[in-house]
Amino acid sequence: MLRLCLSALLSHWRRHPLQGISILTGLWLATALWTGVQALNDQARADYARANALLAGAAQTQLVARQGERFAQSAYVQLRRAGWPVSPVLEGRLRFAGREPVSVRLLGIEPLSLPADSSVAGQSTQGFDLLHFLTPPGQAWVAPDTLQRLGLKPGDQPTSADGQRLPPLAVQAQLAPGVMIVDIGQAQRLLQAPEQLSRLLLPNDFARTLPALPDNLRTQLQLQPAADNDDLQHLTESFHLNLSALGLLAFLVGLFIVHAAIGLALEQRRGLLRTLRACGVSLRALIGALALELGLFALIAGLAGVLSGYLLASLLLGDVAASLRGLYGAQVAGHLSLSPQWWLAGLGISLLGAALAGLNSLLRSAQLPLLALAQAQAWRQAQALWLRRQSALAIVLLLIAAACWRWGDSLPSAFALLASLLPAAALVLPALLDAALALLSRLCSTPLSQWFIADSRQQLPALALALMALLLALAASVGVGSMTEGFRQTFLGWLDQRLSAELYITPRDTRQGLAMRRWLDEQPGVEAVLPQWRLELRLQGLPVQLQGMLDHDSYRQHWPLLEQQPDAWASLASGKGLMLSEQLARRLKLHLGERLALPTTPPSPALPVVALYADYGNPRGQLLLNDELLRRLWPGATLSSLNVRLPAEHVPALKAQLQSRYRLDSTRLVDQGTLKRWSVEVFERTFAATAALNSLTLSVAGVALFISLLTLGQSRLGQLAPLWALGVTRRQLAWLSLGQTLMLAGLTVLLAMPLGILLAWCLVAVVNVQAFGWRLPLHVFPMQLAHLALLGLFTSLLAAAWPLWQLARRQPADLLRQFADER
Amino acid sequence: MNAKPVLILLALLLASCDPPAPPSTGFAGLGQQAGEFAQVERGHGLQFPADHGAHDGFRIEWWYVTANLTDSDGRSWGAQWTLFRSALRPGGEQQGWESPNVWMGHAALSGPFGHQYSETLARGGIGQAGVAVSPFHAWIDDWTLRSLGGDGLQQLEMHATGKDFNYRLQLRSDRPLVLHGDQGYSEKSGQGQASYYYSQPFYQVSGEIERAGQRFSVTGQAWLDREWSSQPLAAGQSGWDWFSLHLDSGAKLMLFQVRQENAAPYRAGTWIAADGQATPLKPEQITLTPLAWTRLANGRRVPTHWRVALSQPTLTVEIQALLPQAWMGTRFPYWEGPVRISGDSNGRGYLEMTGYAP
Repeated sequence: MLRLCLSALLSHWRRHPLQGISILTGLWLATALWTGVQALNDQARADYARANALLAGAAQTQLVARQGERFAQSAYVQLRRAGWPVSPVLEGRLRFAGREPVSVRLLGIEPLSLPADSSVAGQSTQGFDLLHFLTPPGQAWVAPDTLQRLGLKPGDQPTSADGQRLPPLAVQAQLAPGVMIVDIGQAQRLLQAPEQLSRLLLPNDFARTLPALPDNLRTQLQLQPAADNDDLQHLTESFHLNLSALGLLAFLVGLFIVHAAIGLALEQRRGLLRTLRACGVSLRALIGALALELGLFALIAGLAGVLSGYLLASLLLGDVAASLRGLYGAQVAGHLSLSPQWWLAGLGISLLGAALAGLNSLLRSAQLPLLALAQAQAWRQAQALWLRRQSALAIVLLLIAAACWRWGDSLPSAFALLASLLPAAALVLPALLDAALALLSRLCSTPLSQWFIADSRQQLPALALALMALLLALAASVGVGSMTEGFRQTFLGWLDQRLSAELYITPRDTRQGLAMRRWLDEQPGVEAVLPQWRLELRLQGLPVQLQGMLDHDSYRQHWPLLEQQPDAWASLASGKGLMLSEQLARRLKLHLGERLALPTTPPSPALPVVALYADYGNPRGQLLLNDELLRRLWPGATLSSLNVRLPAEHVPALKAQLQSRYRLDSTRLVDQGTLKRWSVEVFERTFAATAALNSLTLSVAGVALFISLLTLGQSRLGQLAPLWALGVTRRQLAWLSLGQTLMLAGLTVLLAMPLGILLAWCLVAVVNVQAFGWRLPLHVFPMQLAHLALLGLFTSLLAAAWPLWQLARRQPADLLRQFADER
Repeated sequence: MNAKPVLILLALLLASCDPPAPPSTGFAGLGQQAGEFAQVERGHGLQFPADHGAHDGFRIEWWYVTANLTDSDGRSWGAQWTLFRSALRPGGEQQGWESPNVWMGHAALSGPFGHQYSETLARGGIGQAGVAVSPFHAWIDDWTLRSLGGDGLQQLEMHATGKDFNYRLQLRSDRPLVLHGDQGYSEKSGQGQASYYYSQPFYQVSGEIERAGQRFSVTGQAWLDREWSSQPLAAGQSGWDWFSLHLDSGAKLMLFQVRQENAAPYRAGTWIAADGQATPLKPEQITLTPLAWTRLANGRRVPTHWRVALSQPTLTVEIQALLPQAWMGTRFPYWEGPVRISGDSNGRGYLEMTGYAP
């Protein structure tokens, strides 16, 4: 019975292949975009996990320096000889010169002392090739991806920017991207840190019953508990949530198509359903057959969608990886390696999508009375009820959005705001369009123009979903576009101010930095040398950069402050105040004028926050204090860079002198122009993936519109035939239909603009603040709006063109037939 | 005892490189060609105290102590303390991480609570492990074997810590050192493979051991072995059985056999009279016969009950392991544990067996 029923139902698709294609396309696009975004997220998260699990497990207790970043190797030997089973690690960034300088995270390990149950890059410490790793020339382990990024092959021995030759490169597939592992002796040579260590790993069972540190080490080292290591996961969470939100939007837009197509197919098969029921097919069997049919579509489209999603993710991964590097310093591989679960989840989401999109139609056909099934009026009544429910739902969603805006203070609540605002807007769209058309109809006096409006209203229910999709996609484009462009302008303006020095020098170490500073002070033409002292530590569990600032007019003029107390720079200079980056202040929940105690030993008095400043693109919170104060509290602070002010024409000469005198390569000696160019490049790449996803969503909406018009075109002959009979030519009819489509699309585009701006406001004032910690001013760019509006109309035009072309070419016989077998 | 070892890394290392090392290079690669390492030569003679220290030109070397102990309740215990040095390449010691030396410590305690062992590894050149000659001090991490006075090895303290056990023992002997083979030149095959090898088998021991939170005062006897070489085994030699025996008469006996593929084992030993007088034993004077085998928890079978027969002096004894499961599951695994002697003479000692495949 089911089989018979199914084959009767499936025959529909033979006669209306277009509808079948619509459903498949909708599900395919929805699945592809959603799984593609999930693939990007999964890959990135897997890479963070790999980076975290580089040594042993993520949960590894460590001893780290109390002061500065490194400590003497003698502490390791002393602890070993006191019976502590510690293992030394030296970590640092190894730079490679080149047109675009690259750096890797260099990790020096000592394989013999690694805890027995630990693993390095997925290999057990008992299993790896010690002889080659330990004996000269040694080995440098890298992931295939890193090798590719460096443009090198296995076995190569490249030279670092500091002129040190690396051991031969060896590929370790399990290694996290952007990481290089060498023996600790090699690391000390490459990083020019002889007898220096970054941390000591403790085996987990030993860490549980820890003896007290020897007295002389207690002031040097401190215990860092295992749980503090997942910064990356935490920092990037908001980025992935953003990506997911875009993916979800695309998924929903895709489902609109499916929903429209399924609804239409069901409407056209009312007669068939009635006949089947009258022949004795039970309601259960009928619904079962319909569900089975839907499942079949979901399976086919799901497979295609998952494959395309994979393809899409591979195409976008490069940009996403660049974004993550630029924004968070997170390293993500440039190629995908996905688990079987991902593929299954992709199929699952396709089934879920089909169920969501089709459930409504299934329920409606199940609930319609048997005899009413074939009456168009019954369907319309149901439709009217549905519209009322739709409006009620929209109101509920708007209330939720308002509540989220009023009381929410987390990233999920910010997204809940968007997630309720956008569908609410989409749901009220048909009502708004209808009202607008009603208004227009009063202006029309000629019969044809009155028909024009009335017929448009008639089309509205069938086109509503496609127009909703267009509204959402356009609004998202406007919102994301305004946000990105606004961020871009703010960022560039900030960069111009902030990068005020002509030359930026990164000394190899503090000693070299001090020598350079003395030498630079004596050079003619140098107006100022501004040293930046730096220290990394944790404040309330968050990684924070402390930066020591010399008191200098250059900062007063060029360091942009967002909020400040009177004489902020003077209090900073006298050591009586601190300045916080915007994101740090938000994370610590500190406001201007509140006090913050720095974690010094012995404790020092809390200092007031005298100013907040923008620090875009820095994943870590930053805190400014007077340089002398910083060095007094933490003698281990490092001189991280020297910013040199001098007339621009002297820059090349001074650069050349520095290069030859201190053997500095191009990555340690950067002029203002180059630094700006790098920063802008990072910025551009950061938003490339967002822009790509955004335009994809818009094209999905275009497809939705196209398919709706296509299906509509076939059922509209009944309405058009009388006009033709009254003397309107086919060509005229086509133009009129085009006008109708463009009018509806135009109204939708008009409504999308304010909605997009509202969305942009949500993004900059709510989502960004929660996600990144900075609040940007809201910019509206009229040219950008006009551009997107035209794009929206053009999309609609394209979507309408083909069905109209067909209409214009219809044989008169087709139109005549409408009168013969009127439904 | 000896050759234990070795482990090392050496071999391991060699064994884990790209082409698997052919099986004929012997246990832990001890049969590898020595390359540019220093060579063991007959008639070279040993010099003390210098030879108590490390010999950086040689590939492998060890400081090995085994002690047979009795607690105040009369129960038998065994303690092992071993430090291995292995050079990953020729060239002698260098300061810093470039040092070619890798050090490995093994410690074990066997007794009424079973057999416990521990292992630790250290790189040379940074001070984490090493040997000082005067006063004598061998260490790795917090494990030490050090002189309590004087230039030589007359009074030593031996200390090691493992999971759930530790010991601190004082070793004393006023007897001279025993040189094995030809004035310390000890052959390991008929083809010239050899090592420098001397012992101090006459230590009287007292001290404390701790096991599972309980402390025991112990007394007993200990035997120290010192051996270094660059290629102690010939190709085709797969493992050995080593005996260090304290007879109740006061005499001591060192015996070993190196098992060879497709050939009879190579045997040698030293008879040490109670007054310290040492007599090398020729291969044909020694008969070693396994009487019973033990299947270990890890599936290997090892002979833990032996008959040892000598023709000159005439002696036939049976050797039985106190703890047949005394397996050292270290990176280079082997069997090592205390034994009981019965027969023509009673006594106790240590047995080491390597190269028994799983």
